[in-house]
Amino acid sequence: MPSTSYLVAVLAIVFSITLALRAVPFAVLGRLRGSAIVRRLAVWMPVGILAILAVTALHGTVTADVHGTWYALLAVAVTAGVHLAFGRRTILSVGAGTAVYVVLLNAL
Amino acid sequence: MRQDVLPHWAAPTPTTPTTRRIQIAQGIRDSFSAGLGIFPLGIALGLLIIQAGLPWWLAPALSLAAFAGSLELLLVGMVATSAPLAAVALTVLVVNFRHVFYAFSFPLHLVKHPVARAYAVYAMIDEAYAVNASLPEHERSAPRLLAMQIACEAYWVGGGLVGVALGAALPAPIKGLEFALCALFIVLTLDAFRSRKELPSLLLAGASVAVALILTPGMAMFTALLLFVGLLLPRHAVTARRTVQEAAGA
Repeated sequence: MPSTSYLVAVLAIVFSITLALRAVPFAVLGRLRGSAIVRRLAVWMPVGILAILAVTALHGTVTADVHGTWYALLAVAVTAGVHLAFGRRTILSVGAGTAVYVVLLNAL
Repeated sequence: MRQDVLPHWAAPTPTTPTTRRIQIAQGIRDSFSAGLGIFPLGIALGLLIIQAGLPWWLAPALSLAAFAGSLELLLVGMVATSAPLAAVALTVLVVNFRHVFYAFSFPLHLVKHPVARAYAVYAMIDEAYAVNASLPEHERSAPRLLAMQIACEAYWVGGGLVGVALGAALPAPIKGLEFALCALFIVLTLDAFRSRKELPSLLLAGASVAVALILTPGMAMFTALLLFVGLLLPRHAVTARRTVQEAAGA
């Protein structure tokens, strides 16, 4: 088991690098705010970043349990279908999709 | 018009308490959908830490220090084998590098108080960014944002503690709960696409992630975000040139 001092060092590294990655861009962008490129990127980025997060999260799920690939794809369809068909209630859609995946993966 | 003439101190006072309470309630409601992914993932982290033979306090300590789900799950394995600190640092840098891109569209300008600003930056996790990015501009507010972030951190730390408590008590962990995270991102992509019909961005992101999965499946998110930004810069150049031409033509 690693020593406590090692664990504390890990915590310090994790804290400072994560915070720096989150904070430094704001300090830089503060001076650029209002420039055409920052305003355009602010409009263009969210949809694309969310899509990338969705695909890589799906990829992570599938690689963790390769035999559940079809269950995962079915659950994606259920999530999107429920979301579009039942008035975009996020908890309902996420809950339905997750339930489909968990039940199929554990029962079959 | 009349309201613009009012002195500064007179304007916000009467309405602030109720709207603020409503905004906090909205923020907590926003957090529920994210919590559905965060809480089970927190339990998974706690279980993993106990299974790896690490002390229980590492779950809350790591969650407060990093507050970054996927990274923490990754770090447990490294810490359990006493990986070199330099390797830990590099992993943190690569896995969390995506947060650099969030600054472009995260509404930090809404938060005025310095302590609250610092917290909003510290707690800018994927889910907080994502939930906020899918909201229309006029529905955003500082209390709503902060309430959502504080709630998310409570779910994450709380989930970790529950996982630690469950420890070995559970014969076999329930598999597949992490799909909630994937489902959340899918739903938020649909919502963000509805509020801004940005088909070119979606296509560029799709191309980026496809290439990233083929070239670097081990760090696909990092590569995909880098490619995506790399594609948006030429798009900006094209758009800028077209704007200039239209201005000249008109």
